[in-house]
Order: sequence, then structure tokens, then C-alpha cells
Amino acid sequence: VENVRLLDRVSSRKAALGTLYLTATHVIFVENASDTRKETWVLHSQISSIEKQATTATGCPLLIRCKNFQVIQLIIPQERDCHDVYISLIRLARPVKYEELYCFSFNPKLDKEEREQGWKLVDLNEEYNRMGIPNDYWQISDVNRDYGVCDSYPTEVYVPKSATAHIIVGSSKFRSRRRFPALSYYCKDNNASICRSSQPLSGFSARCLEDEQMLQAIRKANPGSDFLYVVDTRPKLNAMANRAAGKGYENEDNYSNIKFQFIGIENIHVMRNSLQKMLEVCELKSPSMSDFLWGLENSGWLKHIKAIMDAGIFIAKAVAEEGVSVLVHCSDGWDRTAQVCSVASLLLDPYYRTMKGFMVLIEKDWISFGHKFNHRYGNLDGDPKEISPVIDQFIECVWQLMEQFPCAFEFNERFLIHVQHHIYSCQFGNFLCNSQKERRELKIQERTYSLWAHLWKNRADYLNPLHRSNHSQTQRTLYPQMAPCNFLYKFWSGMYNRFEKGLHPRQSVTDYLMAVKEETQQLEEELEVLGERLANLQKMQLNGNKIQSKQQDRSKQLGLSASTNSLANTPQEYGSDLKSFPSRSPSQGDEDSALILTQDNLKSSDPDLSANSDQESGVEDLSCRSPSGGGCLHSEDSGKDSDEAVCLAV
Amino acid sequence: MEFAELIKTPRADNAVLHGPRCPAVRGTLCLTGHHLIFSSRRKEGGEELWLLHANIDCVEKRFVGSLGTIVIKCKDLRIIQLDIPGMEECLNIASSIEALSTLDSITLMYPFFYRPMFEVVEDGWRSYLPEQEFELLSLVTDEWRLSCANKDFSVCPTYPPIVIVPKCIDDEALRKVALFRYGGRFPVLSYYHKKNGMVMMRSSQPLTGTNGRRCKEDEKLINATLRPGKRGYIIDTRSLNVAQQARAKGGGFEQEVYYPQWRRIHKCIERFNILQESLIKLVEACNDQSHNMDRWLSKLEASNWLTHIKEILTAACLAAQCIDREGASVLVHGSDGTDSTLQVTSLAQIILDPRCRTIRGFEALVVREWLQAGHPFQLRCAQSAYSNTKQKWEAPVFLLFLDCVWQILRQFPCSFEFNEQFLIMLFEHAYASQFGTFLGNNENERSKLKLTQKTMSLWSWVNRSEELARFKNPLFEANSLVIWPSVAPQSLQLWEGVFLRWNRPSKFLDEAQEEVLNIINYNRELQAKVNALRRQLAELETDDRMQENL
Repeated sequence: VENVRLLDRVSSRKAALGTLYLTATHVIFVENASDTRKETWVLHSQISSIEKQATTATGCPLLIRCKNFQVIQLIIPQERDCHDVYISLIRLARPVKYEELYCFSFNPKLDKEEREQGWKLVDLNEEYNRMGIPNDYWQISDVNRDYGVCDSYPTEVYVPKSATAHIIVGSSKFRSRRRFPALSYYCKDNNASICRSSQPLSGFSARCLEDEQMLQAIRKANPGSDFLYVVDTRPKLNAMANRAAGKGYENEDNYSNIKFQFIGIENIHVMRNSLQKMLEVCELKSPSMSDFLWGLENSGWLKHIKAIMDAGIFIAKAVAEEGVSVLVHCSDGWDRTAQVCSVASLLLDPYYRTMKGFMVLIEKDWISFGHKFNHRYGNLDGDPKEISPVIDQFIECVWQLMEQFPCAFEFNERFLIHVQHHIYSCQFGNFLCNSQKERRELKIQERTYSLWAHLWKNRADYLNPLHRSNHSQTQRTLYPQMAPCNFLYKFWSGMYNRFEKGLHPRQSVTDYLMAVKEETQQLEEELEVLGERLANLQKMQLNGNKIQSKQQDRSKQLGLSASTNSLANTPQEYGSDLKSFPSRSPSQGDEDSALILTQDNLKSSDPDLSANSDQESGVEDLSCRSPSGGGCLHSEDSGKDSDEAVCLAV
Repeated sequence: MEFAELIKTPRADNAVLHGPRCPAVRGTLCLTGHHLIFSSRRKEGGEELWLLHANIDCVEKRFVGSLGTIVIKCKDLRIIQLDIPGMEECLNIASSIEALSTLDSITLMYPFFYRPMFEVVEDGWRSYLPEQEFELLSLVTDEWRLSCANKDFSVCPTYPPIVIVPKCIDDEALRKVALFRYGGRFPVLSYYHKKNGMVMMRSSQPLTGTNGRRCKEDEKLINATLRPGKRGYIIDTRSLNVAQQARAKGGGFEQEVYYPQWRRIHKCIERFNILQESLIKLVEACNDQSHNMDRWLSKLEASNWLTHIKEILTAACLAAQCIDREGASVLVHGSDGTDSTLQVTSLAQIILDPRCRTIRGFEALVVREWLQAGHPFQLRCAQSAYSNTKQKWEAPVFLLFLDCVWQILRQFPCSFEFNEQFLIMLFEHAYASQFGTFLGNNENERSKLKLTQKTMSLWSWVNRSEELARFKNPLFEANSLVIWPSVAPQSLQLWEGVFLRWNRPSKFLDEAQEEVLNIINYNRELQAKVNALRRQLAELETDDRMQENL
């Protein structure tokens, strides 16, 4: 469709004229402006909603909201075209079969072997070995080898050694969706562990001997402690309501030596609505400070984030400080339980704060334990009530921790944003389906590529320059401040307003430091080379001096060789490197070098992400807010300044 | 008067100090004329607290049995608690502190007694003289002149003796214009934008009154700054309503008929008690230990602090936009021209002028646009967020300005030579200091107090390399461009370094700062090494060649 206008969300007066293309996998908008031909690419799987608005004199507006929080507003001249685009997108955005998803057609030009290698990057058995398992207390169980006991669990499950198959099967029959207690994290320093399950089918009075034995086995696998925490992450009221349906929570009287604890994290429906409300705030056009803060507060989003963090902190403290094992569950044990277990693991074990460890953590607590990615993130057309930003909340928890502990994580914010993007993009097979069983049936590993390999290949882009493996924040457990700490939780504009570049800091400390570190590395190499050359030269000169009187020829030769050497080497080139060095400084606007650098980085690693990047003006649309100054002051793009930047840098 | 008269009990042993974020320590409390000193008896810690009485905003006392507790709330927002055994001693100490922290006479303040322990390399009082500023200006334009019309402060009591005005306007005209402007604050040059020769001027409101008085000299003065055929903008920092109401009291605004080449824009920036209340509410919210997430956000919202930040920044961006993008000259004023006007003109310069983002440039800006321009520091900073006495002149105008600078710094972390600590230091010294810089309300008062002879300038201390090291931003790379900050609510944040300074855990953030410094320093070290080696190599090679030639 031609002559489509793409509206700028910040300023309605700025609009780009271009052509809209629909392909099998993407919506593509190409600007007409001949010098830039800027392209905006949106994957169909990223589209969360399409809204056709009332036709105006200028054309027919179409609003596309994406799962990665991009909002695209198009105006299509012809109503008929708009309708066609709308109908096509509705169909394209809601595939019904897995085979329609992008990952089955996505081909990064890797051979079979590379693909297989990619899938081997994260190996959970290796991870449990790293934790020190199997050992005297824990073992791998094959009770679920054909998904016979629990179809949403992995085939390989770690359980206490004393838990026999009989106990496991018995316990699984007493748990929602047969999700019996299994090991999530083991702390080899003190034997304390984090186990996870679903709620017990206790109703008002039901008991299950095997389930009680199972919990006892978990408690006894930690000989240093005489009790076990059972953490129900639901609000008490919700848990009690479940009793009427024959479900519920553990009765302390029936289980020996447990301490039962509720931590009120709301359910997926509350979270979905909360995000919806927060996004409405983000979409407000030039909101006042009050509008924004009120909206943010009313959404309750940060309160929910804090609830998840608090649960994670509670568990981490129980394990690290008290040395007590914890069993965590919610209702089905695949949403809140996954959030809380992974936050606790992240706090406890510095390994999960590395890039590789973080991949392992998501693989362990989310993918293998049957977090329903397909339902929660709406990859296939399904029940909208199943959709909820569960892992988004976990990712935000990580970001909040990064803000509080800037040196603790090996990866940076960009890494989190890209992981979030790909959970929805369906470009890689990792997050497809609802369980390991479904993924194996679809032969995902043979037909698609792994995101982890892709991210790992580009890991240089995702490093946190402040991370140092011997820094105190990268050792041991992190203890975030508990109270009063409300102000520690902040709105993450880098995520929820990530496509409005104008709102973000214009200069990135992370990028700057990454460039400095890179240069430092070059300097180190240079230093080594220079040192060697100097040593050689001095040696030669020393020799030369000694034998100078006798062998004039020789010293001449040496001198010659030294000077040719210097010509062949790089001081001059390095000098020019130095000259260009200041250009790394993120000076201004979008066209400055640092941003180009990051965009290049993005391009190399993620064509889809970079194509979306929008060029923003540094000038705020101030005039529209001044009663009498309107109209006459139009903001321009900061391109002019950037040109000057180039001149001045030279 | 002797301070001894005010000190009823100079010393209390066995007192316990509860500071923010540190365990309680037992020790001895001493009161001197200007300081409250607490030293712990334990040798190993050896910690001493020296608190200027002038820093104390309010003192509260309460008793449990014979154990008295004094809660001291400081202007830098810190709260400390002292447990003092003995009711009488405690009462004496509390009343002494109260008396010493509310001295009436400026000349009894610490700056008049302070003797520096460092060698003065450069006299800060002479660092930023208007003549020097004008010299810089005269390199690029000759359309302006220095006027000494106010040398005895008779034309405008709140202006400095020397101001910069259009060359074609003589002192006689200036005197006439002064009569037409509130407080005699006639339009003067605030900033000259080298890039396009546009200027920013500031003044106070014109005294048009209800019958629309006019002043031809005033019109001529501000028109003199316009290029032929060009229009200018008048940014009035009051809402149109407020400006209209001001006419009833003899004030007013420039009317279109008399100023046809100027377009007036009203941007509402709050002043006085509204700002003070905002600060009090904000600090209350930050210190509240009990609330949950929701209450925190609504209290932050209810304080309106960030709304004020947004308003001020928006007005400053607008002024900068007029100058840089519209190529138009700007006149900024509110009613008095000593508060919101200065916020706007100084912030616009930070946006436009790279020099203002350096340490010395920023100091010059503070001197020029705040101290010499007659912002009444003495009145505005007499009390801070904990004051319970209602005095109507206090307002955190300067703190809001510093907060806005911090917001821009946060958005452009590599464009400023100074760091957050530098801004916090200025905040502290504006409210309580051993230096004379922020004493008095204008140059007139300062010259009467003979501050330059009797006190030390803050700049004499700050500009020593030992001190500067603490205030330098390791990420700084000179950026010669205009920097346009975002004023969207998503982009503005609470300035934690000031408002949560005493309540938030800062260890991990400090560690991060240290890490940044390590990375940069290591890089510089290597660069130096590489350069040295390269030089050495080059020398050896020339030696070689010389030997060859021999």
C-alpha cells in the first residue's frame, strides 16, 4: 500500500510518508524520503492488537500495538486498503498452527552441526552437576521418563534420594496437574534447597501419606535443619477459596515440621490488567507529571513487582541465612512459582547473574518446568484470558536488581530487552509450546534454532562494563534492602517506552564504558607490542654501541632495520585511532557515533530489532504546550546539530 | 555578644548518637560557638561529627524518665538523634543549639570566623568578575557595553554595580527604564548565543499598572537587541492570569501595542510558599518509613516537586529553543526577576552553552545568574524542609535549579565536567557554609558586609585540585552542541542523591562509581604508558639514525 503515513507518537505533526508492505512474516514500512529510506519492520508474532479507528479527512487510521511495547500508528488513504490490511494482519498475527511461526522459516544460514551445537549450549544436567547433584541426598529420577507421571514436567527430575517412585507417584496424585515437589535449586554450602510443586489437593481435610513423606524426604535431605518452609505465593484468600474446589494448601498439623507461609502475589488476570493500565499511562500524549504518577500508582504494577521481589528475598534469606529448605508453590506451580524460584536463585547464586547462568536459569525454572509460553504470550491464537506478562515481570525484577546492584550482573539492560523481545518474536524455538513434551513432539530442536546460541555469539554487545568477576557484588548472595524500600522500585522506561528514544538518556554510560574498555584492550595489546619492540631495539642498540667502533656497517644495518620496522608498525595509524577516539563520545541526538555504534551492534545481532529503531528529535515538542506560542515554533530534527557534531569533531 | 552566653552546657559525656544508616555510638558531645561536635570515645572508630549550627533546621526534644533525646533535623535533610543522660543537661543543650542555630546577625555567622586550613592559590572572590565575562563577550560582538550606572546601587538595589546593556542605550535611558521595571530591574544581557548572535535578556515585570503605562526607553532598550525585521519572544514565567492580576498592584506585562515586534509567551512557574510546601511534603514522603508502594507514589505525586521540575525545565527549553531554533532573541521575566526568571535563564544557558557544563563555567554561571543577579539567598535558604516556623520568604528556588541541572546531567551523563557530588555540595553550601559566598541577598548587601575581605570564597576552596578531583565526572567528553533534555514524565526522576541520600543504601551505587573511575583511570594510565613508550621508541630510532649518520 502506498502513500501511507506513519505518525510520530510524541508529536502528531511529524509524520513520515512511505509504503507499507505485508510479507509472510513481517509488516514493513519504508519511508519515501530518498536520503534515508528508513525501514520499520514488525514481526507478525509481535503484534498484540490492531485497532481500526474512525476514518478522518486525511485517511483511515490503523493502530498496531506490539508485545514488545511498540505502538505504530498508520494512516492509510483508502478505507478499502485499510480494511484489507486490517483483515490480513488479524489473520497473520494470530497463527493457529506452530508451523506458521517465524522460527520454522527463519534461517540464519547456519549448518546442521552449528544448529545442534547451539542447542547444546545450555545443558540442565550439567547445571545440576554444577550445584553438586547427584549427591548423598539428591538424585535424578526417571519416574517421569515418558511424561507418565506429569506431562508438564521434564523427563529428568531431581528428587530426594529417600523419595521412592511410590512416594513420588503418590504425591503427584495429591497435587494439581500432578506437579509433585521437585528440586529447583540446591545450595551445596549448607544443603538447603528450593523445591517447587503445585498446590496440594487438600480441600478441607484430605491428606496424602505419600505427599507428607515427600515433604519429609525434602526436609531430611537437609540434615542441618529440623524444619521446612512451605511458601504459598498466593494471597491467603485465593488459597482458601481453592479449598472449596478440592485444592488448597498444606495443613501444618498434617506435615511434620513444616512452617507454612503465604506471600500474596496476585494471579495472572490481575497482572494482565495491571500491565494494561500501565501501558495506557505510557501511551498518554504529553501527560502531566501527576497524570503519569497517578496512572503508574493506579496500575499497581510496581507493587506487584515488589511482591515478587519480596517473596524471592524471603526464600533467599531462608536458604542462605537460616539454612532451611523451602518448598514453593502457587496454584499450578508454573507462573508465580517460576518467578519466585528464579528470583531467589538469582539472589543466592552469582552464577545466575552471568550471561550463561541467566540462560540456564530461564531454561531451568521456566522452560523445563513447563511454564506455558504459548498460552501466556499468545504465540498461537488462543484464549486471551490465558495471556499474562509473567516472565516480563521476572525480567523486570532482574532489571530492578541491576539498578540496585550495578556491578552484580555480567549482562546489561540490552540483554534483558532482547530476551524479552524474543520470548514474543517466535524467531527461535526455545520458547515455543507449553511444555517439554510438546516441544519434543514438534521436534523443535531439529527444525528451529536456539536463541541462546544467537545471544552468546553476540555476547560482546550484552556485557555490563561494570561487572568484574572478583568484585564483591559478584560474590555470594545479594541482599536487597527490605524496608523502607518502596522508592527503590522504579518505572522501567527502557522497556515500556523503549521505542520512544526521545524519552531516554541521550548518552549511554554503558555504551561509553564499553567503548572505553574496548579501547583499553587495544591499548594493552599495543603496549605489549611496543614493549617488545623497545626491548629489542635497546638490546640491539646496546650491542650496536659495543661493537660500533668495530662494525660500523652492522650498526648501520641495525638502524635501518629498526627504522623499517617502525614504518611497518602502527604508531601513525594508532595516532589516527586516537584522533577518532573522541567520536566514541555519545555527543548528541541519534546520529552521533555512539548510537550508530549501538545500532550497528543491533544490526549485526538482530536485524529485526535495529530496523525498528526510530530516529528521534532531541527537541521536545514544547511549543504545543505553550498557550500562545503554539504553531509558530516548530521543532526540527536534531540532524542539524549532528552535522555540526561531525564538523566539530574533525 | 559572646557565644558563651548562649552555651548553657558546653559538654555532655556519655551521649549516644544515632545517625542515619549507621549503628548508634556512645561518646562526648561538645558545643562551640558554631559547631556541634560529637566524638566517640572508642579509639578505633575515631569518628567525629562536626555539624555547623547554621545547618540545623529544627531541634526537637523528648524525655523518657531522666534520659533526654534531642532530634536534630538538618538543612541538608539529614536527621540525627542524640540521647543525653540528665534532664537538665539535655534541656540546656537543646536550647543552646536552638539559640545558636538561629542567630540573627549575619556577622556572627561562621564564615566571619572561619580561617582556612589550606593555602589559597586563587582568590575565589576575584575568579568571576563581570569585566572578565564582558571581555569574552567583546571578542565576538561589539553591540554591547558595560554600564556602571548602578555603581552605588542607586538605580537598582538588587543589581550588581556593573551590568551589560546594549551599546546604543545610555545610562540616562537606563535610569528611566529602571523606574518602569519592578525593583528597578531593567533588562540586562544574560546570555549571548555565539552561533547566531541571538541574546537572552532578563528583567523584572514592567510597571504598566491598570492604565497601561508605557515607557519609550524600555521599548527602545529591548528593541535594540533585535535584528532588523526580526521578532523576539518575551517569556513571562507567570500564567496570563497571574500577570493580569499583577496589574492591579502596579505591575503587569508588555502590551502588544507597544511591543509589536515581541511575542509574549506565558509559562507558569510556581514560587515562594508553594515551592516551600512542595519541598516539605517531598521530604516528609522520603522519610516516611511505613508506607507501601502505592502510598509512596501518591505522596511523591502529591508533593508536586517533579511537576515543578517539569515546568521549570520546559520553560528553559522553550527559551533555548527560541534562541537556537527560531533564531530569535528572548527576554525573560516573572514578577521580581529574582527567582523563576533566574531558573529559566541559567538552565537555558546550560542547554545552549557548552561552557556552562564545565566546572569553572558552571561556577561562573552561578556567580553571574544567581549571586550577582540578586537571588536573595539569605532569605530563600534561611530554612529548609523541616522548618516549622512560617516565614514567607523561604523557597527552594536554587535547589530546584540544581535538581533540574541534575536531570539534564542524568540524560547527558557524558556532557558535564562535574558530577552529582558537585551539585550536592552547592546545595549544602547554599544553606550552610563556612564560606561567605552565599551570604547576603545581593551584591549591595555583600559589599556592605565586606565579605570579600572578611570571609573566604567557596570558589577559593573548590577550585583547588585536591577538591576538584572529587567533583569531576570521569565520563566527561567536551560536547560543543546544544543538548535538548526530555521533559516527559518518564524522563524525570526523583533526585535520590539529595532526597534519599540519608535513607537509601548507597554502598552498591558508590561501588559502581568507583568501578567507573577504575575503568577510566586504567584506560588513561595505559594511554600514558603507550605514549611514553612511543616517544621512547621514536627517540631511540632517531639516536640510531644519528649514529648512522656519524
